[in-house]
Amino acid sequence: MAKAKLMDFDKALELFEPVLGFEVHVELNTTTKMFSSAPNEFGGEPNSNVTPVCLGLPGSLPVVNEQAVRYSISLGLALGCSIAPSSRFARKNYFYPDLAKNYQISQFDEPIAFEGKVDVELSDGRIVSVDIERAHMEEDAGKLTHVGGATGRIQGAEYSLVDYNRAGVPLVEIVTKVIYGAEADAPELAKAYVATIRDIVVALGISDARMERGNLRCDANVSLRPRGQEKLGTRTETKNVNSLRSVERAVRYEIQRQAQILSEGGTIVQETRHWHEDTGATSAGRPKSDADDYRYFPEPDLLPVEPSVELIEELRAALPEQPAERKRRLKAEWGFSDLEFQDVVNSGLLSELVATVSAGASPQAARKWWTGEIARIANAADREPTELITGAQVAEVQLLVDEGVLNDRMARQVLEAVIAGEGSAREIVDAKGLAVVSDDGALIAAIDTALAAQPDVLEKIREGKVQAAGAVIGAVMQAMQGKADAARVRELVLERAQA
Amino acid sequence: MTDLTRHTAAELAAQLADGTTTSVAVTQAHLDRIAAVDGTIHAFLHVNPELSLAAAAASDARRASGKPLSDLDGVPLAIKDVLVTTDMPSTSGSKILEGWMSPYDATVVTRAREAGLVPLGKTNMDEFAMGSSTEHSAYGPTRNPWDTDRIPGGSGGGSAAAVAAFEAPFALGSDTGGSIRQPAHITGTVGMKPTYGSVSRYGAIALASSLDQVGPCSRTVLDAALLHDVIGGYDRHDSTSLKDAWPSFAEAARSGAQPGSLKGLKVGVVSQYAGEAFQTGVMTRFRESLEMLAAAGAEIVDVSLPSVEHAVAAYYLILPAEASSNLAKFDSVRFGMRATIAGGGTVEQVMSATREAGFGPEVKRRIILGTYALSAGYYDAYYGSAQKVRTLIQRDFDQAFASVDVLATPTAPTTAWKLGEKLDDPLAMYAQDIATIPANLAGIPGISIPSGIAPEDGLPVGIQFLAPARHDAKLYSVAAGLEALLHAQWGGPLTSQAPDFDTAVPTQSARSVSPTQSTRGGA
Amino acid sequence: MSDISEDRVRHLAGLARIDLTNDEVTHLTAELSKIVDVVATVSAAATDDIPATSHPIPLTNVYRDDVVTDDVLTTEQALSGAPEHDGSRFKVSAILGEEQ
Repeated sequence: MAKAKLMDFDKALELFEPVLGFEVHVELNTTTKMFSSAPNEFGGEPNSNVTPVCLGLPGSLPVVNEQAVRYSISLGLALGCSIAPSSRFARKNYFYPDLAKNYQISQFDEPIAFEGKVDVELSDGRIVSVDIERAHMEEDAGKLTHVGGATGRIQGAEYSLVDYNRAGVPLVEIVTKVIYGAEADAPELAKAYVATIRDIVVALGISDARMERGNLRCDANVSLRPRGQEKLGTRTETKNVNSLRSVERAVRYEIQRQAQILSEGGTIVQETRHWHEDTGATSAGRPKSDADDYRYFPEPDLLPVEPSVELIEELRAALPEQPAERKRRLKAEWGFSDLEFQDVVNSGLLSELVATVSAGASPQAARKWWTGEIARIANAADREPTELITGAQVAEVQLLVDEGVLNDRMARQVLEAVIAGEGSAREIVDAKGLAVVSDDGALIAAIDTALAAQPDVLEKIREGKVQAAGAVIGAVMQAMQGKADAARVRELVLERAQA
Repeated sequence: MTDLTRHTAAELAAQLADGTTTSVAVTQAHLDRIAAVDGTIHAFLHVNPELSLAAAAASDARRASGKPLSDLDGVPLAIKDVLVTTDMPSTSGSKILEGWMSPYDATVVTRAREAGLVPLGKTNMDEFAMGSSTEHSAYGPTRNPWDTDRIPGGSGGGSAAAVAAFEAPFALGSDTGGSIRQPAHITGTVGMKPTYGSVSRYGAIALASSLDQVGPCSRTVLDAALLHDVIGGYDRHDSTSLKDAWPSFAEAARSGAQPGSLKGLKVGVVSQYAGEAFQTGVMTRFRESLEMLAAAGAEIVDVSLPSVEHAVAAYYLILPAEASSNLAKFDSVRFGMRATIAGGGTVEQVMSATREAGFGPEVKRRIILGTYALSAGYYDAYYGSAQKVRTLIQRDFDQAFASVDVLATPTAPTTAWKLGEKLDDPLAMYAQDIATIPANLAGIPGISIPSGIAPEDGLPVGIQFLAPARHDAKLYSVAAGLEALLHAQWGGPLTSQAPDFDTAVPTQSARSVSPTQSTRGGA
Repeated sequence: MSDISEDRVRHLAGLARIDLTNDEVTHLTAELSKIVDVVATVSAAATDDIPATSHPIPLTNVYRDDVVTDDVLTTEQALSGAPEHDGSRFKVSAILGEEQ
């Protein structure tokens, strides 16, 4: 797909004010689905986690999952929203093969939560307040696989296959009010906003929040208005933005694309656009038209949701700390410098560090792994660090280092194997026989051999040139095929020089 | 024909209990009756004698070992095709579901099986329960046992005709605007629409979710009550299901049939249901029933429900709106028919072609009407207003029930009409539901029992009683009280007076379809 | 008078995914005009002060515990009624429109 002509970003900002809005869908990690008692799991055997309700079989009826309602209220409260004393489900009617009933049960004019505010921190520490219009409950659709054609995309496919395992998974859709004044920060704000929502739902424990798995999905609305103009420009809605990085890139791209079109006297089409991670561009989707007549009406198979004040207060009392507060606490607990901590936050790795530390690794070791080796591998593979490995897996590698089983080099090797999916760290260590040789006898023998080849080394050490030991250590490590603890080898060499 | 088919379910249960007969004998008798008459009546879309006899044999084994599942264990039951069943096709009278086998049973079917009832087959109905004559079935019309040139009512004409023609002692129906009560009126049988939420809708193929309710069809009030006791009660699969502890309806019917039970009862006669629209014989029998009630000590008072004037209009907005959405699932992807298109076509084209080919004219008419009523810019004026009319009708009922125990109306304006007579005039067909619709809009229970035969055409006529929500037992009691007086006059149920049609040759009406198109006989 | 025209009926049929024939459109336009004239009378009866009733028997907070039940189907059961499938998924012909 050809990239559209883009205006330079700074130039675009000179001519236009970007206006933003976000719709974030959060998949809740309940045990069962929103309206059916099928397991809330997908990725397994297709169409194995379905009941008659998920398939929309004739005669089937939805029943609301109480846990999903509680999670939705908690999320609403965490977003600073008011919780509606009475809210209702509504049917959104449209035909699509992944929508089993050809209507989606959602909420329309009576959402469960409304009018909130989220503080979003930018990389330089500035706080931007984003107003939330509403958060409502709804159900996810099934998954389509397009077969035939070159790309596996919908265009050119010969046929499609439908798996309804995801159909009915509980979703909360969070809708912001229109965001003005982001200016040049717009792309970064987009990323930081989604990261904040992610942090909130992770802290609440209500979603796995893995963007690459679609647990958290962002639709970004972008429009531009010429400087000095009051009327808003036409907006586009970019979908399929599956990582924090692509949220930022997609918003930047749309600003540049729209600016170019407007500056050439063109008009922006109000449409859905799809983000393509591979090309770093958006492509036109379905134009919005009056054919989008969803014929919403109150879902007659379901009753109003009327949470008691007691329930709301119980859930409010159980809310975790706010993200900003949490950051202050973690920075103090971990004893990180400003720079170290900001690095972690800006990489969007705070939750990963928490998971790694809670699995037993020291904060500094956790930080080094995530911002170092894992970030490097992710960057090389053009993926997100969080897609590669979990905090618990990282901690397992680090614990092997702490136990002296692995040295740094071996640990990196094991980490790569874990990322490659070869098993757990301990399994890999066992399978590859990757343990440090801790038998001094074997080390001393190797040191003797190395000293025989470099007889002047001991003398140099005694003369104070301690770095000369490096040549012997290198030779020993080579002889031991890397399975030696370099620090122990060094100690033994220095002991020998003093003997 | 054997005598066993002439017995009520209650009588059969007693004979099974004392060993006078067996479930296999009872079931075989009904299967023989079906084989003899259903070529004419076409009450059934599907029967499977092997399956029924196996269930009957299992029941006999339970009886023999002294462990019947319920008092009704072994009594045969007909099931309206709107209810999904795992061992028989479920089509809801539509071509779009021809041959479809559900992987799950409707809750009411599960409960019937758990009580040991023996399913005889699936009964004919207007497609997706849209109609008042069963002529809108994709599998051909059902004929009225009282006159096979006439309609049996609808949408549950199959269940009503099966019961009236002694093909089954009782049957399951569903009532969205009168589909149990109006066929009962038309065929001289009993039909009860329970309080909304008192019987599970899970597995009842939805027409209009806020109006649909499953209920019993039978020849006597007691049989209806016995069946209601089996199928009723809370179901976790249906959010609108009520958790109330229900009394025994059979007990209510039995005590209602005792002399003196009607003494002091306050009956409100709805003044709106009279006048030109109502056939003379319908009103004659209605007034006679009221006089009987009065003679038995009931107090008859006039009551006005001013808002029922708007009931039909509101109903024909709410029902199509909900139906247009409920029927969207019939799209050729997961179940049912799929149309083929030259060159394959896109999924959108296949869906549209399937729905064009698979739905009949009445279904299309209501889907388009419902789609219109929900469209942007029309919702408030149509669907929104109709929901407000619902409030007005509820208020009318609340006010009426503040001063009376039950309300009485003729069940429908006319007796059975000729096949084809109203097919081209949807509004005339819709007007047939004028007296039954308000109960669905308000969620209250309603029962229709035979009140006699219209002198001018010799066809049966029904009287409808309505009670406040949750007072279903009251209806069984009152209906059984009047029924006892009428049976004393007639010497038994009205159906005993039906002419014998066994040898009658069906007259081919313009719309009739050969019964060989049905799936009778099973797989 | 209603505003039912043939174009509107065609549009509604498109929304409802029914590929009506021209004859059906003509026929339905005439029928629906009459029906809409009748049902439209509800708006006169419904004044602003009257609340809407969407459920005949009012209930609230009807919930299910978050527990898997025996209502879950096997893949075989799920596919049993499908016009076409590949052994684990439902098969449909190519999709013209975009994902929603």
